[in-house]
Amino acid sequence: MNNIFTNNIKKIEFDALIIGGGGSGMRASLELAKSGLKTAVVSKVFPTRSHTVSAQGGITCAIASADPNDDWRWHMYDTVKGADFIGDQDAIEYLCSEGPKAVFELEHMGLPFSRFENGRIYQRPFGGQSKDFGKGGQAARTCAAADRTGHALLHTLYQNNVKEGANFLNEWFAVDLVKNSKDEVTGVIAFSIENGEVAYLKAQATVLATGGAGRIYASTTNALINTGDGLAMALRAGFPAQDMEMWQFHPTGIYGAGSLVTEGCRGEGGFLINKDGERFMERYAPNVKDLAGRDVVARSMVLEILEGRGCGDKNDHIYLKLDHLGAEVLNSKLPGICELSRTFAHVDPIYEPIPVVPTCHYMMGGTPTNISGQAFTRINDEDHLIPGLFSAGEAACVSVHGANRLGGNSLLDLVVFGRATGKHIQSELKSGGGVDSATKSDIEKSLERLNKLNDSSNGHDPADVKKELQECMQNYFGVFRRGEFMKKGLDQLNELKEKVDNLHLKDKSDAFNTSRVEAIELQNLFEVAESTAISAYQRTESRGAHARDDYPDRDDENWLCHTIYDPISKKVSKRGVNFEPNKVEAFPPKVRTY
Amino acid sequence: MFGNKLKVSLYRYNPEEDKFPYMKNYVIDKPERDIMVLDLLHLLKEEDQSISYRRSCREGVCGSDGMNINGKNGLACITPISSVIKRNKIELRPLPGLPVIRDLVVDMTEFYAQYEKIKPFLQNETTAPEQERLQSPEERDKLDGLYECILCACCSTSCPSFWWNPDKFVGPAALLQAYRFLADSRDLKTQERLEALSDPYSVYRCHGIMNCVNVCPKGLNPNKAIGEIKSMLHKNKKDIIVSDGV
Repeated sequence: MNNIFTNNIKKIEFDALIIGGGGSGMRASLELAKSGLKTAVVSKVFPTRSHTVSAQGGITCAIASADPNDDWRWHMYDTVKGADFIGDQDAIEYLCSEGPKAVFELEHMGLPFSRFENGRIYQRPFGGQSKDFGKGGQAARTCAAADRTGHALLHTLYQNNVKEGANFLNEWFAVDLVKNSKDEVTGVIAFSIENGEVAYLKAQATVLATGGAGRIYASTTNALINTGDGLAMALRAGFPAQDMEMWQFHPTGIYGAGSLVTEGCRGEGGFLINKDGERFMERYAPNVKDLAGRDVVARSMVLEILEGRGCGDKNDHIYLKLDHLGAEVLNSKLPGICELSRTFAHVDPIYEPIPVVPTCHYMMGGTPTNISGQAFTRINDEDHLIPGLFSAGEAACVSVHGANRLGGNSLLDLVVFGRATGKHIQSELKSGGGVDSATKSDIEKSLERLNKLNDSSNGHDPADVKKELQECMQNYFGVFRRGEFMKKGLDQLNELKEKVDNLHLKDKSDAFNTSRVEAIELQNLFEVAESTAISAYQRTESRGAHARDDYPDRDDENWLCHTIYDPISKKVSKRGVNFEPNKVEAFPPKVRTY
Repeated sequence: MFGNKLKVSLYRYNPEEDKFPYMKNYVIDKPERDIMVLDLLHLLKEEDQSISYRRSCREGVCGSDGMNINGKNGLACITPISSVIKRNKIELRPLPGLPVIRDLVVDMTEFYAQYEKIKPFLQNETTAPEQERLQSPEERDKLDGLYECILCACCSTSCPSFWWNPDKFVGPAALLQAYRFLADSRDLKTQERLEALSDPYSVYRCHGIMNCVNVCPKGLNPNKAIGEIKSMLHKNKKDIIVSDGV
C-alpha cells in the first residue's frame, strides 16, 4: 500500500454506513436493509466472528414467561440500581419497555430459544434481578438459548440480513472518520483487508457499532478483535466519550487466556492464595472471606500483586485453589471449569491451583448518544448532536448501564438500540436529512494516520508497545484504583504516546496484511486507554465498577453524574444524569445493598 | 532430533511476492507449558510480522481460525500443540480445497455461497403473534446439534465431494443448516426447501465418507443431518409419485 492521495482515492457512496457487524450493527442494518436505503455494514471480520457470539447466559427482558406477572418496571428498577444510579432513566425505561418487542422479533426471526413446557421462551435467574422493585425476591428474567445465547442471536441476525439482502463489506477495516468543515461526519476512510484497496466510504449517516475494547487490558474475557475502533475514531475526530472509567471486571479470569472461571468455584469451597500459600482473603474480609463482593475480592487480589505477593515468575497473578475439594466434587459440580482449566490454563484443578487474575469484561462507557443512537458532543456544558454520527451497543454510552452493567442487559442493549438507531436513520434520511460533502483536504486529513504508518521506515514494534500498554492498564487502572498508582499509570501512558504515534510497520504488503490492521488497532486501544485513565483519575469516589481505595465511598453530592472526556483538551467534565423517565416516576438514588 | 526445540512447518504464500506457495520452517524453543496452536502462531508472528491468519474469539466459538493442522482440519485456538505434535514437528496449512489469499487465509466465498443457497433463515409468512411463536421443548430439542455450527468450514473443506464440486455440492456445513430449518417446527417452507435440494448434486454428492464428523470442532454430525435430508427427499418423492398417480 503506497501513500494514498485524495486524487486517486476511490469513493463509494451510501445513504447509511454501519461500522461493525456484531449484534447492534446487524440489528441496525436489518432495519435499514428493509427500508430501501443504500446501506453497507463494514466489518473487519465476517459478521458471525464478532464478539457477540461469545455471550452465553442470555438476554434479560420482562417477557413474562417464567412469571406471567413480570413487569418491565421491575426490570427498570433493577437496572437503575445495578447502574449505581448513574444510568439515564429515560434510556433505561426505553430499554426495558421496548425490550419485549425486540425479543419477540428475534424469536420471529428464528432465534432458537430454549423453551418451557408451555412452549414459551425459557428464562433463568441472573444476578441483580428482583420482583416488585426489590421487595418480591429473586426474579428469572433472562431469556436463553442454552448457554449459547450470543451465538444464536448473532447467527439469527446474520441470517435475516441475508434474507433481506443487506450489503456487507466484510473484512474491510475502517481507519478514520471523515468530517467536513461544519464538523459533520460524512463517512469513513476504510481499506479492504483482502487486497489493501483504500476507499472513502461516503455516507449521510455513519453508525459506530464496533463493540468494546477489553483488549486495553492484559487480561480480558474479550475477543482479540475488541479494540474499540469506533470509539477511537470518534475520539480522534475530536468527539467526546462518556463514563470511560467504568469497566466491569470479574475476579477470576484464567491468567493469560482470560476465560472466565465461575464464582461457583468459591461457592463450593475453593479459595484464593498468594505466592506464600496464604489464604489472603481472611485478612481483607474476615467474615465472608473469598465470598466477599466481586469488587472487594478483585481489589484484594490486585493489592497482593502490587505488594509483591503475586504468584508465578512475574508475581503477577493469584492461585485459585480447588484441589482440596477432591476429584469427586470437582467432576460432579464443576466439570465445565475443569475442562476450561485444562484447555486454557493447562492445569488440572484436581491436582493444581488455577492461575487467575481479575479480568476485564465490559465497557460501560462509550460515545454518548440519545435513545435514537444519535451521537452528541458537549458545547458549553450542553448536548449538541453531531450530524451524521450515530452509535449503538457496547461502543455507545446511551447510558443504560451507568457504573455497572447487570448480566443479560448487554444483549438487550444491542437489539433495542441497534433497532432504534436503524429506525431513526430511516426516518431522518427519508425526510431529507443529511450532511454536506467533505472537501479534498478534509479527506486528506483522515488519511494522515494510515499514510504515516505506511511510510514508517523505523520506529517501535507494535507487539512490544501493545504489551506495555496492556500491562500498564492492568496494573494501574484495573478493578481497584488509587490516585498515586493512577498517576504512575498516566505518566507511563504519556511515554507510550510517543511510541504509539511512531510505530514501525515492517510489512507493507497489501494482501491480507494483518500487521497493518493490528498496528491501527493498537492506536485505537491507546485512545480508549487514555480516556479511561484520565476519567478514572478524575472521579474521586467509588461507585459501581469504579473502586478507589483513596476515595472508598460513593459521593452523590459531587459525583452523581456522568463524566465526559474531551479528547482535545484531555479534560474531564461532568454531565447530569437523566432522572426523567416518561411513563414512571424516577427512582431516586439510595444506598445500594443486595 | 530437535530435543527441546519445536519445528513448525508453515504454509507461506504472499501473492505480491511469491509465484508459488512454499513451506517455511521455523524452529523455536519448545514452550514450557502446553499452548494452543493459535498461541504458537502468535509467537511466530511476533518474530515475523508477515505471517497472516484469521483469529477472533480465541475460545472456539467464532470459527475464524479453522486450518489444517498436521493433516487434519481443526480450530487453532482450541487445539493444544501437545495433541498434534509429531516428532517435534507441527505442519500448518490453510484449509484444503479453497483458494488461498495469503498464508493460512483462504477465500471462503464459495463456502458462504453454499450457505446462502440453502436460505439459512426461518421462513414463515403467517402473521406473527404479538408474543413469541410457541414451540414445545421436544420440538426445540430437534435443533440441538444443528444450530451450534460456527461456520468454520473445517467440515466442508475436509470433504472430497466438496473439493470436486464446490459449486454444486452444498457441502456438510450448509447441509447441516439446511436440515436445521427443515427440522424447525416454526418453518413452513419444507416443500420448497426439499425441492431446491432434490437435484443429483446438492445433497446426493455426499457419499458418507464421514470426514465432516471426524473434524467438527463442535462435535456436530453433518452426516446424520444429511441422512435425515435424504430420507425426507425419498419420502417426498414417493408422496409426489402417489399423488401424481391419483
